[in-house]
Amino acid sequence: MTLVDAIKLSFFVLRTNKVRSFLTGLGIIIGIAAVIIIISVGAGAQSLIINQFNSLGVNLVGILPGASDENGPPASVFGVIVTTLKPADALAIQKEVANVAAVSSYNTGRGAVVYGNNKVDVNFYGVMSDYIQVEDTEVMTGRFFTADEDRGVARVAVLGYRVWQDLFAGQNPVGQKIKIKKEFFEVIGVMKERGTSGFQNQDTIVLLPSITAQKIMLGVGHVNFIRVKANSGDNIDQVQNDVKLLLRDRHDIRTDEQDDFSVRNTKDAIVTLTAVTNALKFFLAAIAAISLIVGGVGVMNIMLASVNERIREIGLRKAVGARQKNILVQFILETIAITLSGGVIGIIFGAGFSALVALVARYLGYQWDLVVTPGSIIIGLGVAILVGLIFGLYPARSAAKLDPIFALRYE
Amino acid sequence: MDQPLIKIIDLKKDYVNDEVVTKVLHGISFTIAAAEFVAIMGPSGSGKSTLMHILGFLDVPTAGQFFFKGRDVSNLNDDELARIRNEEVGFVFQSFNLLPKTSVYDNVCLPLLYSDYSDHQSRVAAAIKAVGLEHRINNFSNQLSGGEKQRVAIARALVTNPGVIFADEPTGNLDSKSGHAIMEILEELNDRGHTIILVTHESDTARHAKRIIKMNDGLVCGDENVAQRRSAKDGDLIK
Repeated sequence: MTLVDAIKLSFFVLRTNKVRSFLTGLGIIIGIAAVIIIISVGAGAQSLIINQFNSLGVNLVGILPGASDENGPPASVFGVIVTTLKPADALAIQKEVANVAAVSSYNTGRGAVVYGNNKVDVNFYGVMSDYIQVEDTEVMTGRFFTADEDRGVARVAVLGYRVWQDLFAGQNPVGQKIKIKKEFFEVIGVMKERGTSGFQNQDTIVLLPSITAQKIMLGVGHVNFIRVKANSGDNIDQVQNDVKLLLRDRHDIRTDEQDDFSVRNTKDAIVTLTAVTNALKFFLAAIAAISLIVGGVGVMNIMLASVNERIREIGLRKAVGARQKNILVQFILETIAITLSGGVIGIIFGAGFSALVALVARYLGYQWDLVVTPGSIIIGLGVAILVGLIFGLYPARSAAKLDPIFALRYE
Repeated sequence: MDQPLIKIIDLKKDYVNDEVVTKVLHGISFTIAAAEFVAIMGPSGSGKSTLMHILGFLDVPTAGQFFFKGRDVSNLNDDELARIRNEEVGFVFQSFNLLPKTSVYDNVCLPLLYSDYSDHQSRVAAAIKAVGLEHRINNFSNQLSGGEKQRVAIARALVTNPGVIFADEPTGNLDSKSGHAIMEILEELNDRGHTIILVTHESDTARHAKRIIKMNDGLVCGDENVAQRRSAKDGDLIK
């Protein structure tokens, strides 16, 4: 029997029992679909996270207050207020570290903004005049505040795009007075529309001069974090190192003591982020792959029942000259026909579902890439064949080993 | 001088079931030459089917010797036995044993799938013609009458052109008319030089053969040539 004959025969057997073949392969369909969905949706989520990160600006060095080491991130990440990072640190970095393009400190707060009868709840950010360069963004209408205004505790505000729309309904806001938490500010500009980046909708924030935010709005003498932009990607490590040395010096940290701050750069962060999300993705795919084993056992079970049902056929085939090898190959091919067909359906289903997720995510405004790589399709098909081979072997062997006389007499 | 086609000497077969030994064949010896038409006859339980299975390479004896064309069969391995079943012998069973949901063509072609022959189409066509079922070649096996099914089974047994055809109660599931037609085909095959070994418990069917070996309780109790042979062709006895 040629291999082509045997393959034809296996698909013939599959077709003669359509419903049973489908139900038998269902476990494989679900398993393969799950793996494809997890890999594809995982890759989409990964690209979303990294895009979010990149849209904050490139070549950034971030400084958080509080120590961090290999045991974990700094406490400030978890909402613990650490006050070791001062406004003067940001100014010193600006002045003393080489290859720095822009620096801004950040203070964050929340409050209601009122203009006339309109009121919106916003996050307000106290930032420095370099904010625009740090975050690679632009003012759409009016202007940003200057370093002098910041130093002078000016009561000026720049609105996020949505805040402007909600408060002013498209009217020119420049020169108007708004009220944030009982304090009045003059609107001097509106930022261009940015969407979500760094998991904060940048259009629903209000930007204030850093000193104004610290002294008037928050009543604090520290900053939440500082972002430093290096003038090129090549200098990012040098900037990060110099910032570290400068801050250790400014914070009077002895050589045997730990930093009281943490410095990270976007380049490393993206590498870390990619590694973490990859690990997560493959971990989930591995869990999904367990369902393939369950599916495979199901296929094996049905194949054993099928061998039992077709004992007379096997006996007949042996009586007319089939060798053990012929029977073995036939049943393994039949199993593979089921798992491979299941794999194809699973891939189509998985890719379709992933496309749906991408469609929904894009509809919700996220930058979501649909990633179904040829590699994952080939792996899916390969795994389906492998499952058929592994779980078909035992039933096929039991069929091949049947004694022809026993098989022919079997009722 | 030619070797006899089949020569068995003191052949014994025991079945062991849950450590209970059942002796089926107690020591059987005979010789069958090529182109004979032999009926092995006996009541059920006489061991005739077991003997046929051993002669047809489907089963192995517990003791004794079996020479096929002068070769000792006992030292053939599984693959060699499969090859002999494919090329040297053909089987016709009482219950037809056709593949369901499969066409007449594919059923007849089955032995060729396991052979080295490549001219499947012409061989299948010739075999189907020999049993007169050309008009049924594309029908499914379950669309046939009992007699037609048995003719398909004969065509399947013929398709590799084996020297010996074993028929195990070939008319057992058929009405007398269909049974008659089957015996006619077997006679024709014998006329063309095929050795036919027929297993039956009906003396009427056995008398189509040229020689009858009678069995009882696992032993041969009679071996004689048929004086008044029945012929299916004219529906009467040959004088």
